Amino acid sequence: MTTAQTAARTTGRIGENAQRPDGTLKVTGEFAYASDLWHDDMVWGVTLRSPHPHARIRRIDVTEALTVPGVSAVLTADDVPGENAFGLEHADQPVLAAEFVRYEGEPVALVAADHPETARRAAARIRVDYEVLPALTDARRALDDDAPLVHPGGNLVRHLRLRRGAERPTAPVVVSLDFEVGMQDQAFLGPESGLAVPAEDGGVDLYVATQWLHVDQRQICLALGMPPEKVRLTLAGVGGAFGGREDLSVHVHACLLALRTGRPVKMSYGREESFHGHVHRHPATMTYEFGAECDGTLVYARAHVLLDGGAYASSTAAVVGNAGTLGLGPYRFPSVAVDAYGVFTHNPPCGAMRGFGCVQAAFAHEALMDELAAAVGVDPVEIRRRNGVQEGDRNITGQVIDSAAPVAELLQRVADLPLPPALPEQPDLRDLPGAVGNTTHGEGVRRGVGYSVTYKNVGFSEGFDDYSTARVRLQVTGGEAVATVHTAAAEVGQGLVTVQQQIARTELGVEQVVVVPADTAVGSAGSTSASRQTYVTGGAVKAACEAVRTAVLQRAAIALGRPVAGLALDGDKVVGAGGEVLAGLADVLGDDAVEETVEWRHRPTHAVDPETGQGDAHVQFAFSAHRAVVDVDTELGLVKVVALDTAQDVGKAINPDAVVGQIHGGSAQGMGLALMEEVVVTDGHVRNPSFTDYLLPTVLDVPPMRVEVLEYADPHAPYGVRGVGEPPTISSGPAVAAAVRAACGKPLRRVPIRPEHITCT
Amino acid sequence: MRVTTTVNGTERTADDVWPGESLLHLLRERLGLPGAKNACEQGECGSCTVYLDGEPVCACLVAAGQAVGREVTTVEGLAPGQSLHPVQEAFVEAGAVQCGFCTPGLVVAAHDLLARVPEPSDPEIREALAGNLCRCTGYEKILDAVRLAARRRATR
Repeated sequence: MTTAQTAARTTGRIGENAQRPDGTLKVTGEFAYASDLWHDDMVWGVTLRSPHPHARIRRIDVTEALTVPGVSAVLTADDVPGENAFGLEHADQPVLAAEFVRYEGEPVALVAADHPETARRAAARIRVDYEVLPALTDARRALDDDAPLVHPGGNLVRHLRLRRGAERPTAPVVVSLDFEVGMQDQAFLGPESGLAVPAEDGGVDLYVATQWLHVDQRQICLALGMPPEKVRLTLAGVGGAFGGREDLSVHVHACLLALRTGRPVKMSYGREESFHGHVHRHPATMTYEFGAECDGTLVYARAHVLLDGGAYASSTAAVVGNAGTLGLGPYRFPSVAVDAYGVFTHNPPCGAMRGFGCVQAAFAHEALMDELAAAVGVDPVEIRRRNGVQEGDRNITGQVIDSAAPVAELLQRVADLPLPPALPEQPDLRDLPGAVGNTTHGEGVRRGVGYSVTYKNVGFSEGFDDYSTARVRLQVTGGEAVATVHTAAAEVGQGLVTVQQQIARTELGVEQVVVVPADTAVGSAGSTSASRQTYVTGGAVKAACEAVRTAVLQRAAIALGRPVAGLALDGDKVVGAGGEVLAGLADVLGDDAVEETVEWRHRPTHAVDPETGQGDAHVQFAFSAHRAVVDVDTELGLVKVVALDTAQDVGKAINPDAVVGQIHGGSAQGMGLALMEEVVVTDGHVRNPSFTDYLLPTVLDVPPMRVEVLEYADPHAPYGVRGVGEPPTISSGPAVAAAVRAACGKPLRRVPIRPEHITCT
Repeated sequence: MRVTTTVNGTERTADDVWPGESLLHLLRERLGLPGAKNACEQGECGSCTVYLDGEPVCACLVAAGQAVGREVTTVEGLAPGQSLHPVQEAFVEAGAVQCGFCTPGLVVAAHDLLARVPEPSDPEIREALAGNLCRCTGYEKILDAVRLAARRRATR
């Protein structure tokens, strides 16, 4: 049975549930992801990676690899024409390792061949003579005097010191804990992939899945020794990102091979290589102490946060910034002493992942809030409500929270949702921990409920020039007004393409809006990170539409002999203040197109004081709360999440369905970290680089999720929007962990929680 | 080696196929059908789900040579021409698509479920889709899509 195809043409203005323009292509298998790209005479590129976490490279012999029939190039560090270095914040990572390898999986050589298997076999014939060196794999030792140095400048990436209020505060009630968070993987499903095509001008065109085309372009140019006009990037279809595509992967490698062979080169990682080929979420070791009055009112906090940055800087400094400035949660603290550190080790590099430094800290501060609640004899919701920030309060960096901060209301919303029914006498196996494994029929199963609340910065912080560029064109084609939106903003699945259309329809009154592929032919849109694109690129598209509208109405005013003030655009028409039709858009524009390009910035942020960590570091805060309900088989340590409900303030839901979809997905990722997701690294080696051994939540693991969306407009943001994507990933995990603690009565100071932590075996 | 197989109703032949190649590689790289996706290539994520003689399989776990003389149906072949199958339609309408990389595999898995069980319960849907990983949606809207498709089938 079939039905007529839904046209890719969609409708909907802001606030409506517009459908994705790429939805039809994605359900039919026609959407071109980076790994789907194909070129007539292309060859395949593969990477040879280091098997050692730390070694000196004495010699690389590629002779044998070159003799494999079908091989067209074998490249090493000597073949990098520009600077053999890249990095988001510091160019400290070699494109191909030269003298040292500093983590297992570091790229050492490249091969291009006519079949991927040929390339892999040839890569296996590259002989690398390594002198294995002692590896620093315990972040807690990184700053010791006798620790091996990962880089000559020392092992500290950043120390954020934050001091506020009394120097030596005391309080009648003191609670403290140590907490550890394991290394989480973004586990986007679409593997790192790209196609580099050598161009006639000696440059290269790269089609790649990424989060920020222009920051990639800058790094590729450095490595290739080419100007930006010779290195042109187009966004290929992105199969999820979650921070894992902020750093370069195939980018420079594919370009190097294409320029060497003179042929298009496709690179696409398998899952094992993907685990080595992108940064992960920083593992964290944390010590927290809260002091409070006898009624639970917080007096002070002390926190020590240590993040393992792995072998290269990536975005560790910014992650430390978040873990420090936001690492105590959305609570009022009169006095604070926080020290957050990011360090180098010979473990896999860590960097951006959804939640960005707030995720790790939230497990600690939320566990400690529950400790405090127990110590003063109030419930977990009440302790948070009593201490939650409100609009107008200063946070721990002294920044005034100058829009809605509904901590208490969010908690109340999730607390008021009905609880799931208790397990019946004879439960369906599928509803039990262990499920059809038939490990229990209900005996030993205890239910627990946990709460958590969080806040997260939206957009880039600490003085970063965080802008986006949008080009919007309006013209009449075939008698119909068509708006074209061109930005370099990466659609990674979150629905920005839909949002751009909704904004253009709203601002220009047109129905037909075409979002053209993102590329570097237009200015930077900044990163698809930090929950920022609806705010920042949304703001740029809105501003560009306003500029187009002004230009069109000025033309209309002249043609009609009327003042601009009373004119508006509505579909194909120019209308007056009362909606009366004054002219057709075609009459005003003729064959002309009106096009405007706008670079748009949110209000500036500022660096924090290096001694005290004080300052207006962030542009916006987004809040969410979760309630988790779990059943725990206390004998076997198995957990079934029964419900995971969220309340979140989104400012303004541009696309309500898509907002809820973001919250569902973010919640599931946080739950995954609480219960199952960990890249296991021992002695610098990744032990589980596959979806067989790295466990992701399936549809049997994720429970029904109710979502309460609040819309308290932020007066400083376009349409009042507030970033959506990250907060649910932060507050869901701690709620799940709290629920498991409530069920089994164990302290559980590490995530992911494993069965043996529950059974203490 | 030469591989001849019927894909989406048409006989297709590929030459010089390396014996180690998977059906997934054959479809994606030799036959121009990239709809089935390459997310894990070890049968854990279900993104490459296709029908082989009417049975859903992970194309990454089937050697290309095993498809010789058999019938393969991919996500591209679920509905004729430019039309959408109700399952595909429901995935778009329910907001079950974000990045979409899991979508082709889930569409085939849901298509198979509804062919076997026209009105599945929620536990039946969850069990049927348990071999398909999605990293974006938390599965809620995928469940909505399957329920919607089932309702549509029931009323048509």
